[in-house]
Amino acid sequence: MEKKEKKPLEKVCLICAKGSLEDVYASLVMSNGAVMEGIETNVFFTFFGLDGITKDRMNNLHTATTGNPAMRMPGGLPFPTMLGGLPGVETAVSSMMRKQMEELDIPPVEEFLEMITAGGGTVYACKLAVDMFKLTKKDLWDGVKDIITIGQFYELCDGDRTQIIFT
Amino acid sequence: MSEKTIAGVQVKLSDDGYMTDMSQWSENIAKELAGEIGIVLTPKHFEVLNYLRKEHAAGEALTIRKVGKSGIVDIKQLYDLFPKGPLKFSSLIAGIPKPTSCV
Repeated sequence: MEKKEKKPLEKVCLICAKGSLEDVYASLVMSNGAVMEGIETNVFFTFFGLDGITKDRMNNLHTATTGNPAMRMPGGLPFPTMLGGLPGVETAVSSMMRKQMEELDIPPVEEFLEMITAGGGTVYACKLAVDMFKLTKKDLWDGVKDIITIGQFYELCDGDRTQIIFT
Repeated sequence: MSEKTIAGVQVKLSDDGYMTDMSQWSENIAKELAGEIGIVLTPKHFEVLNYLRKEHAAGEALTIRKVGKSGIVDIKQLYDLFPKGPLKFSSLIAGIPKPTSCV
């Protein structure tokens, strides 16, 4: 029988384009997981995903309580959309989500980013989105390596064992 | 499951090479397992390994975050000690099962 050679991933480039709690965490968990597996990792934050690396927003991300059909009450009953729109509900649900993640040893956003960069992962911000939201490097988390264009991002994605992941 | 002689001891291993009986572990076995990955163990390595063994024996699920807060090493130092596999390689060398956590 022919033996198949394994070709492990050498590099992943992740794009985080959405700013809700679960979208940013999807990028962070996958980035950190890649770094822990010894895979070279670049994470590119763009559009609303920039909230994940914007100093005054990153540690207070929200999960959508309206327009989110997967939303459930504690215990599993459906979460009424009307309830999700009431003032304070989104904040309360989001802080509950953060608490539950903490119990699973999933760190807050900033600490998670520190873990990723401590392991050699690199974090970038998208120039177009930074300009659009009128942000500067000062507004971004200090560990952001650079503000780059999509062209520069693709240059980072070279190599035949590289995957681009869009979350 | 397989068996392999490491540092003169017949050791039980899982399919991906992790020891299945942590009581068979010794410092010499650790040194040999580390050598296969290209790591030369220092006293600092052993501090981490002993911490992992203690936590595992206590039934704790291990994460690099927990090791980073152990007071022994921070996360960057953990990566320096066990490059490209801070939890995977350290668990392997510590003679405990492959980590099942995602962080």
